[in-house]
Amino acid sequence: MTPAKKYKVIVIGSSAGGLNALKTLLRNLDKGFRIPVIIVQHISPDSENYLIHILNDLNRLKVKEADEKEHLQPGYAYVAPPNYHLLIEPDQTFTLTIDERVNYARPSIDVLFETAAEVFREHLIGIILTGANNDGSHGLKRIKELGGMAIVQDPETAEVDSMPKAAVAACAVDHVLSLEEISAFLNKL
Amino acid sequence: MKKSQEEQLEIQDIEIRLLVQAIYEKYGYDFRNYSQAHIKRRIVNRFHLSGMSSISQMIHESLVNHKFVDQLLMDLSINVTEMFRDPSFYKAIRVHVIPLLKTYPFIKIWHAGCSSGEEVYSMAILLKEEGLYSRTQIYATDFNPVIIKQAKDGIYPISRMKEFTLNYQRAGGKASFSDYYTANYESAKLLDSFKKNIVFATHNLVTDSVFAEVHMVVCRNVLIYFDRKLQDKVIGLFADSLAGGGVLCLGSKENLQFSGYYNNFDGLVTGERIYIKHYQE
Repeated sequence: MTPAKKYKVIVIGSSAGGLNALKTLLRNLDKGFRIPVIIVQHISPDSENYLIHILNDLNRLKVKEADEKEHLQPGYAYVAPPNYHLLIEPDQTFTLTIDERVNYARPSIDVLFETAAEVFREHLIGIILTGANNDGSHGLKRIKELGGMAIVQDPETAEVDSMPKAAVAACAVDHVLSLEEISAFLNKL
Repeated sequence: MKKSQEEQLEIQDIEIRLLVQAIYEKYGYDFRNYSQAHIKRRIVNRFHLSGMSSISQMIHESLVNHKFVDQLLMDLSINVTEMFRDPSFYKAIRVHVIPLLKTYPFIKIWHAGCSSGEEVYSMAILLKEEGLYSRTQIYATDFNPVIIKQAKDGIYPISRMKEFTLNYQRAGGKASFSDYYTANYESAKLLDSFKKNIVFATHNLVTDSVFAEVHMVVCRNVLIYFDRKLQDKVIGLFADSLAGGGVLCLGSKENLQFSGYYNNFDGLVTGERIYIKHYQE
């Protein structure tokens, strides 16, 4: 199997500094980039999901809020709504829940990553970007356990380095890269 | 992925299905059409906390140990809520729904899946402020008897009052929120006058049927936990329960668009998921 066929879904977790990081990462993806991307960015519970408008203007993947029961589609980037956890079902649809915060966060990166890992297994890439806590570390570890790929933003280049550092400490990540390098890597898949 | 891991995941999925089936057959609580990812997370969390050797052991334990099954029911309940959750929703109720309710001589409201009651009391406060509470009957239901007891008590940690007060103000509340509860060192108790017209009772949306004709159904952030088939069945219950012109209120990420009952309703405040049931032809 060629790598181009291997990876079917990308999950990204980001927190403090995440908006700029996501902008850079998505902007540098090729125009024809088709692998669906699912994003948890820690965001204030009562904010409008402004992230979507900002990221949509980058003119690459179509960016939208993840709706409950929605089916994943190529060419789209989905963002978890504020104040809801985002889970992946075995039939590759989204579930939203209002369960307790995980790592003080709702949406939580771990919740998305762990459920995605069980569904997509070796076809999944997990990416941890800038952030001030350690959400996502467990999830990234789970992705590795189930045969997926783990990429972490180089802490040296992150606006806030705690989250990428925690992720690197949690498991044997495959790649530690700058944002531009992550985009370039994904473009070659 | 290694073969052994694949097998492990497969076995775990089978065990979880059997546990859910066992709870249904022994106790009648039916989680078979809940979100699988959600149920799995909750059960696996309990498994790690329980110290048991396998989920299969949890099956046996849940059949013979009522304390354990009560714990599992708490795990599978949705018990995260707050007063005036989504303030913009309550604002929309004040502006768009209250004028409709004012046309009725007597108002019946069904709050389904009310959990520990915070949103029920929010509605009671709003109705009182709008001069409607004295002619309102609220049925507040949840499948879990332990949670219904909490709702009936109406006692919440004092630490949450700051957040609730802020929500209340954002929802358009003009009074002093602290007038509505009595504070203790640790807890705040809603005034008994708000409980007068509320009946708290257990009712299971999955297995029980309609019990009253009502003018408004409030069921927020419950349907997101159900699969499409169960969602549709429950929306059917609500449609049957509502009088013509009655109001259906769902959670901010729930909508009727994919439901077979879509054509029975019009949007009143679509952004806040507030719908009106058609009058019969």
